[in-house]
Amino acid sequence: MEPFTTLTAVACPIPWVDVDTDRIVPARFMSTPRSEGYGQFLFHDFRRTRDGKLSMTHPLDRPERKGAQIIVAKRNFGCGSSREAAVYALVDFGIRCVIAPSFGEIFAGNALSNGLLAARVTEQQAEDLLDELAAGGRDLTVDLEMRTISNGRGPIRFDIDPAARLRLLNGWDDVAMTLSFSEQIAAFQARDAAARGWARPVADRGG
Amino acid sequence: MLKELFLISLAFMQRTLFDKLWDSHVVLAQEHGDTLLWVDRHFVHEGSHHAFAKIAGRGLPVARPDLTFGVADHYVPTRGRTATAAIPDAIVRGMVEKLEANTKRHSVRLYGLDDPRQGIVHVVGPELGLTLPGTLIVCGDSHTATHGALGAYAFGIGASEVAHVLATQTIWQRKPRNMRIRVEGRMAPGLTAKDMILSIIARIGTDGAVGHAVEYAGEAVRGLSVEGRMTLCNMSIEAGARTGMVAPDETTIAYLRGRPCVVGGAAFEKAAEDWLALASDGDAAFDKEVVIEGAEIAPTVTWGISPEHALPITASVPSPDFAADQAKAVNVAAAINYMGLKEGQPISSIPIDRVFSGSCTNSRIEDLRAAAAVLAGRTSKVPGLVSPGSSQVKLQAEQEGLDRIFLDAGLEWGASGCSMCVGMNGDLVASGERCASTTNRNFVGRQGQGARTHLMSPAMVAAAAVVGTITDVRPLLEGRT
Ligand code: SF4
Repeated sequence: MEPFTTLTAVACPIPWVDVDTDRIVPARFMSTPRSEGYGQFLFHDFRRTRDGKLSMTHPLDRPERKGAQIIVAKRNFGCGSSREAAVYALVDFGIRCVIAPSFGEIFAGNALSNGLLAARVTEQQAEDLLDELAAGGRDLTVDLEMRTISNGRGPIRFDIDPAARLRLLNGWDDVAMTLSFSEQIAAFQARDAAARGWARPVADRGG
Repeated sequence: MLKELFLISLAFMQRTLFDKLWDSHVVLAQEHGDTLLWVDRHFVHEGSHHAFAKIAGRGLPVARPDLTFGVADHYVPTRGRTATAAIPDAIVRGMVEKLEANTKRHSVRLYGLDDPRQGIVHVVGPELGLTLPGTLIVCGDSHTATHGALGAYAFGIGASEVAHVLATQTIWQRKPRNMRIRVEGRMAPGLTAKDMILSIIARIGTDGAVGHAVEYAGEAVRGLSVEGRMTLCNMSIEAGARTGMVAPDETTIAYLRGRPCVVGGAAFEKAAEDWLALASDGDAAFDKEVVIEGAEIAPTVTWGISPEHALPITASVPSPDFAADQAKAVNVAAAINYMGLKEGQPISSIPIDRVFSGSCTNSRIEDLRAAAAVLAGRTSKVPGLVSPGSSQVKLQAEQEGLDRIFLDAGLEWGASGCSMCVGMNGDLVASGERCASTTNRNFVGRQGQGARTHLMSPAMVAAAAVVGTITDVRPLLEGRT
């Protein structure tokens, strides 16, 4: 995973609450292999007409948001389904950071797995950022090391779990990290077999 | 002084059900709060293809195929069920084939299309006794909390995490906070767990439980069957919770006894003792608590595009002016527009175009019986599909003659799968159509592009079918129960 340190990029407002993952990517695209890219599916049914053409009315398609790599949104962004495809769609489109007061929790985990920074700010800070963008603001700078977002005016602090921050900063791969703890995992299993003998499934007697 | 110390240590020892589940799965904890947890059961389905591709890309095996279970549900056809090779839709066939190939390659047990135990993953797990109190269960599906009904710590994960669990049988988590939702007293007759959970979500909102593990408690929850508890826990994610659970009690133990994958004999009785001891200690502290009076719960339906857009059947479509804040007001206005409704319109007059009864929320035998009790001897004014939660539920329903009731009412009786909950198998609601549905999400486009979904209980869906509009089921049940 590519480390995330700082990013200065065009920010796009998505000024709604409860943007669910069905909106971010409709279920019907999820049989597509990742290698084909999910960027084209991002907010598909909100950006495209029935024949698949961009209607150019969505904030992401406005000319001044071209090349956006940052999204600013309201509460509970990414709620709903566990589909990691929602994060694939954002990342493949080019988004590297979403700023919002809160996130769906599975979404936040998926973001982390894909190097997408989910930065939490207060509701007031999100409103202020959205107002600035609405008033013509364009670029934001996100500094993960310092945990700040700056926009030409003074920087604001954002929240992120310390472990998530470290993983993003270092681009750590968690499977490799976990496999390095194989001794501890084996020790757990030995302890656990004695404590919770019933936890092992009985072979299904029906076949 | 000594007494104080004693009290402090006692307070320290008081643990919630969730604390106990968490503690018993900790492999190691890192300083910054990330904790590696052991996974007892991992369910995979067709949608897990991304994760299998990830481990294949790194040449990793499945660490514990014996604790991994495949279930074909998300894409399987519910109409005209055939062998996999004969599924007409190439995409659907490809997805089922991929699951078959991946589970075979890694020696993972698959409850596939032709297996008599196939069904929706969250119905099959408990039904087979794979879901046990005190276990940690994950699946790449956000409604995994369903299994919490038995006192398991169960939660949905994304594809990268599925790959991680496949490769290591563990998962990294930060401990969520404890929340308890108590439903005290009793619900009126004819009311169900679905009315309960929709009322809860309407009250606390779709992010009301973010960051929390929810334990459902109180007399009305205790009074639910394990099936009802599954409906309740199922929709925890719709309140933003990481997981939802009910402490194991005698109802749980009775449900588990004799299930195919549970230990038997003396070992069962010994396990039952451990399971009953998982209940929250008397003085265990919760970070957040919500109390609801069971008697105040009415038949509840959603009118909008978020599960929190739920109201009693006697209410009317709200005005954006009364929303909690500006952002919510925008959502209410968008919902009224998308749903093709008018502010102030009574909910019980809204005409529907079709019904769907199924999904892991409400497709167990009890749900089918509740729908059949309303439909018996009546006809549906609109087309609709009934999809049982598992092939075993299907068989049992047919033995009880429920299928005849649905067919005689003019509804379709399908095979088991996720079907119109998510529409991946092609069971879709047409654009602009309004569907009364027992599922869990009324998001824009969830049941198909442009589809309008109203969530409600199986009995309420059956009532809507009979009347042709959303309606209060209670008069239709008079003299029947
Ligand atoms: S029925 Fe719906 S919610 Fe349940 S497992 Fe299937 S897709 Fe997920």
